Amino acid sequence: MFKRILIATDGSEHSKRSLDKTIEMVSVYKEEVSIDLLYVVAGEMSKSDILRYGDSDTASLKRKKLMNDNEEYLKSEGITVESIVLHGDPAPTIIEHANDNNYDCVVVGSRGKNQLQTMVLGSVSHKAVKYVNAPVLVVK
Amino acid sequence: MHTYKQEWFGNIRGDILAGLVVALALIPEAIAFSIIAGVDPMVGLYASFSIAVVISFVGGRPGMISAATGAMALLMITLVADYGLEYLLATTILTGILQVIFGLCNLARFMKFIPRSVMVGFVNALAILIFTSQLEHFVDEAWIMYVLVGITLAIIYLLPLITKVIPSTLIAIIVVTAMAIYMNTGVRTVGDMGELSQTLPSFLLPNIPLNFETLMIIFPYALALTIVGLLESLLTASIVDDATDTESDKNKESRGQGIANIVTGFFGGMAGCAMIGQSVINVKSGGYGRLSTFVAGVFLMFLIIVLGDIVVQIPMAALAGVMIMVAISTFDWGSIRHMPKIPVTDTIVMVITVGTVLITHNLAYGVLTGVVLSAIFFAAKISKVDIYSATSSDEKTRVYFVYGQLFFASVTDFVTHFEFKEDLEEVVIDLTHSHLWDDSAVGALDKVKLKFEQNGTKVNYKGLNRESADLFDKIGGIGSGH
Repeated sequence: MFKRILIATDGSEHSKRSLDKTIEMVSVYKEEVSIDLLYVVAGEMSKSDILRYGDSDTASLKRKKLMNDNEEYLKSEGITVESIVLHGDPAPTIIEHANDNNYDCVVVGSRGKNQLQTMVLGSVSHKAVKYVNAPVLVVK
Repeated sequence: MHTYKQEWFGNIRGDILAGLVVALALIPEAIAFSIIAGVDPMVGLYASFSIAVVISFVGGRPGMISAATGAMALLMITLVADYGLEYLLATTILTGILQVIFGLCNLARFMKFIPRSVMVGFVNALAILIFTSQLEHFVDEAWIMYVLVGITLAIIYLLPLITKVIPSTLIAIIVVTAMAIYMNTGVRTVGDMGELSQTLPSFLLPNIPLNFETLMIIFPYALALTIVGLLESLLTASIVDDATDTESDKNKESRGQGIANIVTGFFGGMAGCAMIGQSVINVKSGGYGRLSTFVAGVFLMFLIIVLGDIVVQIPMAALAGVMIMVAISTFDWGSIRHMPKIPVTDTIVMVITVGTVLITHNLAYGVLTGVVLSAIFFAAKISKVDIYSATSSDEKTRVYFVYGQLFFASVTDFVTHFEFKEDLEEVVIDLTHSHLWDDSAVGALDKVKLKFEQNGTKVNYKGLNRESADLFDKIGGIGSGH
């Protein structure tokens, strides 16, 4: 059974699907599950967030708020949750964190990009599947 | 001292690698910014070397990259055109002195008075100016210019899909330079834009008359450079704070920028500041210590001394391509995406800030206009006062409930809400949901009271909060004696 689960989220509406699928997956034993929610702030994200929110403290607060909604959502299902915010390139940061902490399962979302977008932008989910040691659930 | 050691040597491998990457990315920019300012490429290269090295010691934000920048170069164009390089060096020194004063007076905290929409306008205007400054390189050029620029941009954007180890801008420049040399295309090169000397910068005093007239020429430029330099540096510092999840000393950074510019002016470089794009590259490449900035500066100078002969052969097409990329990545595209969500006044401020810069070619004017306009919008928004009223059952007393801020901008509107001619014994003005801010507010209350009393109606105030009551006691009643 997957008891320690990592969900990588970008706070978007789409990443909510990752939460739903995870809840579905663990529904029969959810009181035994502990989930870590991971949000990775990329370098360019810092630029646009600072321009939007003014300073680093406010930007962090906004991100916490973003995570808080997801956290509450899982808690309302009776699941133990913790939020983690890390800074760096999304794919390597998620992979490193996942491998350092020996999760039973890692959940990532795969957005509905077309082939060209995937080719140009690369895909966090592809990299996660390849380099994370634990089983990876890609939510489409 | 432990933290200082940590800031230098806490991340040796990552800092050195990132520093090398940044140095490679800095060279084309330093040359291109020199050309924008109208000076020899060496002026920008010396500046980038000197600013990066000095700031690595005295800056307040480890891991941030400072060098010759587009924002500063754009402010220098007319100075260089009208008075020449020596005046630019003197202006650079004066800019540094002003920035040190700003830092010593802890003026960094006044940055919070610059609204975010103005900052976004600043960044977007900067991007547009960098872009338009490249258009002149296309004038009277053959088709080959367009082809080379296209190839440069294609390599810059497509190469990272294959590898990110070497900066794609560098590969683009190498490839396009090689093409230009072997195909003997005869396009203009960096060498055509000015001399490139393969020597270390040396200490010199700017050769200008030291008198009041000189000061009057350089001071306005220095002031604009000071403001724009600190603005971009402190904005970048916040971005690096966020990207590395650490804090920085903004006043120390202001002083550090000043010291770096003073030193740079004496060593023949143009004024510079922190660079958003390069700092993001540095952090993404794994650099976050002082060593990364230091390595970037030293390695840049090393490359110029060793490879100067090749650098002069870089075609302008390659540089123009790099600058177009810089413009695209500088622009805050998020500001367009978020436009439907943010208040329309914020968008107006942003657009007018951009417009002012594009018309005046001066980022400082744009910021000033943006700040003033924001202040006006703010005053207009907050000066809305709503008043509801109700009469008592015997219709002898009317209560006015005031909602909103009372100050100079709102009192005119405030007074018009009262019906003075009504036949009443008493009027109660309930100020529970209001606040008195200044002399005008108290004056307006006095005026209202006076008008009611002329009509034989008593006036009572209710629900003043403590601060407002204090203000009222202090200056109130002055007018009512008449």
